[in-house]
Amino acid sequence: MTTATTGAAAKAAGRTKPATMAQALQRAMRDAMAEDPTVHVMGEDVGTLGGVFRVTDGLAKEFGEDRCTDTPLAEAGILGTAVGMAMYGLRPVVEMQFDAFAYPAFEQLVSHVAKMRNRTRGAMPMPMVIRVPYGGGIGGVEHHSDSSEIYYMATPGLHVVTPATVEDAYGLLRTAIASDDPVVFLEPKRLYWSKSDWSPEAPARVEPIGKAVVRRPGTSATLITYGPSLPVCLEAAEAATAEGWDLEVVDLRSLVPFDDETVAASVRRTGRAVVVHESGGFAGPGAEIAARVTERCFHHLEAPVLRVAGFDLPYPPPMLERHHLPGVDRVLDAVARLQWEAGN
Amino acid sequence: MQQRSSTVQEPLAETAYRPTPPPAWRPRTDPAPLLPDAEPLRVLGTDAVADADPALLRRLYAELVRGRRYNAQATALTKQGRLAVYPSTTGQEACEVAAALALEERDWLFPSYRDTLAAVARGLDPVQALTLLRGDWHTGYDPREHRVAPLCTPLATQLPHAVGLAHAARLKGDDVVALAMVGDGGTSEGDFHEALNFAAVWQAPVVFFVQNNGFAISVPLAKQTAAPSLAHKAVGYGMPGRLVDGNDVVAVHQVLTEAVARARRGGGPTLVEAITYRIDAHTNADDATRYRAEGEVEAWRAHDPVLLLERELTERGLLDEDGRRAAAEAAETMAAELRERMNADPVLDPMDLFTHVYAEQTAQLREQAAQLRAELEAEGESR
Ligand SMILES: Cc1ncc(C[n+]2csc(CCOP(=O)(O)OP(=O)(O)O)c2C)c(N)n1
Ligand SMILES: [Mg+2]
Repeated sequence: MTTATTGAAAKAAGRTKPATMAQALQRAMRDAMAEDPTVHVMGEDVGTLGGVFRVTDGLAKEFGEDRCTDTPLAEAGILGTAVGMAMYGLRPVVEMQFDAFAYPAFEQLVSHVAKMRNRTRGAMPMPMVIRVPYGGGIGGVEHHSDSSEIYYMATPGLHVVTPATVEDAYGLLRTAIASDDPVVFLEPKRLYWSKSDWSPEAPARVEPIGKAVVRRPGTSATLITYGPSLPVCLEAAEAATAEGWDLEVVDLRSLVPFDDETVAASVRRTGRAVVVHESGGFAGPGAEIAARVTERCFHHLEAPVLRVAGFDLPYPPPMLERHHLPGVDRVLDAVARLQWEAGN
Repeated sequence: MQQRSSTVQEPLAETAYRPTPPPAWRPRTDPAPLLPDAEPLRVLGTDAVADADPALLRRLYAELVRGRRYNAQATALTKQGRLAVYPSTTGQEACEVAAALALEERDWLFPSYRDTLAAVARGLDPVQALTLLRGDWHTGYDPREHRVAPLCTPLATQLPHAVGLAHAARLKGDDVVALAMVGDGGTSEGDFHEALNFAAVWQAPVVFFVQNNGFAISVPLAKQTAAPSLAHKAVGYGMPGRLVDGNDVVAVHQVLTEAVARARRGGGPTLVEAITYRIDAHTNADDATRYRAEGEVEAWRAHDPVLLLERELTERGLLDEDGRRAAAEAAETMAAELRERMNADPVLDPMDLFTHVYAEQTAQLREQAAQLRAELEAEGESR
């Protein structure tokens, strides 16, 4: 919950300018590296350049190239060598340059990263973070805007986490790096430059993995969302007040483990739910979420759980992507279809 | 171009013309020393055997005999239904044994799915090594105990792990070497390429050990690669390639030991190709007569690794009837013990399924575990 602070208050706290999500992520890695010498950042262009999104800016300079390494250009090789490093007691933080360029690493991810703890009866855990910039809305040409979360969610052994706020970007990444399990850390590209008055200098909160939060309390219906769609839902909730709807917005933050408790508690309160995400609807995250909500809240539901998702398409070219991405209107349309007359 | 003392920037004029490309990054490595020899290295049957340590030769012999017996016993266990499947290394024991013996205690072995014998020769309990093939769990041992990575079934995917581990060890200042095993078919995988490239760029202390047994299940090497040899592939990455007779245990041990020593002193990775042959079918479930002629198998039987060493040692007076019998008896004891232990049904706890998915069980897995527990209790009551 980002409460807007006045410029004067920010100044009083010694802040000069608000921080971006990219800066918060950088800060999380920097703090983790300073605290724990086993944390190693690796990937394509993460060193000298600081990453194509500048999220690893300055890390190679501060910690040396052995701690923040420009690897050869080979995603399977990056993840495969990270597995070996983790076997020897390091904590690799791997950057995949874009969602769609993480696919070459899938075999290592599925067959080794996700399964190693299980295969070895816990003898060989895989404490690593795989950071993946994901999602659209940045005008990217093809292969730069995929919502790939469902592939990771469908792989037992992985945690799948995605921040939607600057504060969470820091807090969740710190927890992910400290985790003894592999975490796929999905960074919503279009929120990289979102700002908050969160100060990288102030003591920053560490957030637990596996806990959803209510970003906006409400009574009429629950919008269940995460990552890049959170701002859309918050905006939709504001707009909905004009129609007399008081919408609750739940930010999942962690897709795996899934916080059934927070989600179900909200839907039981409101009696109606819409799941909102960019990823395609068919066999998408919303299918799982709607099923779980229905299983747990059936007798509290006034209407079927609806989904607002991206179309079931290869991600569109940039000049057409606005038609694909779920926007405020589509969310409000879904809310309007929640059988307001029938139930009452 | 003329050198001017003036600091004023010249406009881009004709003087900026340059017929040759500006200096770009170029490989500094002379490829010649990286090239493998034309013929695989052999020691047995040559004068070089005289330089070998007799104690090492006897040790290698004992291990080969034990390895041969282990293969036979494991294959027998598949027939008795005690192993789900066994990929035999009969005929490849020299490679398996030499790989294990080339390493120091602190080093790491990265076996492929076929290499349970190498793991056993390194000191792993055979029952633990065979757990995956029996099917009561996947990896039946703690990899850190003997520094043997989990047996790896997805081909070549263990190679980047070896590179990463060796790289991590070097970053920590430990003089640890990783030896990674792979088959000829596995060299076609992308992970083989990526692992060799990373290893060379990082100068990681790794030895890549290819057992070229001529086949990937049914597919012969000619359908796998057009390279002059698999060892030649090393040159493209900037590391040396070595070619060795994979049935000459002394030669394999020598080449691997040199490569390990080179890696340990900071010389970087080596690719070793051993020419060998799989005498048995791919696994007990395979029918090798569909893709190879019996004559070929017979030719390789005449170049058998146990036979080669036995003849050499006997001729040199390093092995007599007593020595042969002692090795055979030790192998028989191992086999009897293995048979007996494998004949006992493994103790299974189905609840283990949920124990090691995550460090901390998720709420969802707790629910599913409760469901299974209830099913098991109901099963117990109805019995
Ligand atoms: C990635 C992958 N693809 C396919 C298989 C199925 N498979 C198992 S063994 C094998 C042949 C391997 O041949 P080679 O690398 O020469 O090793 P060898 O069996 O001769 O020891 C195949 C295709 C596999 N295990 N992994
Ligand atoms: Mg083969």
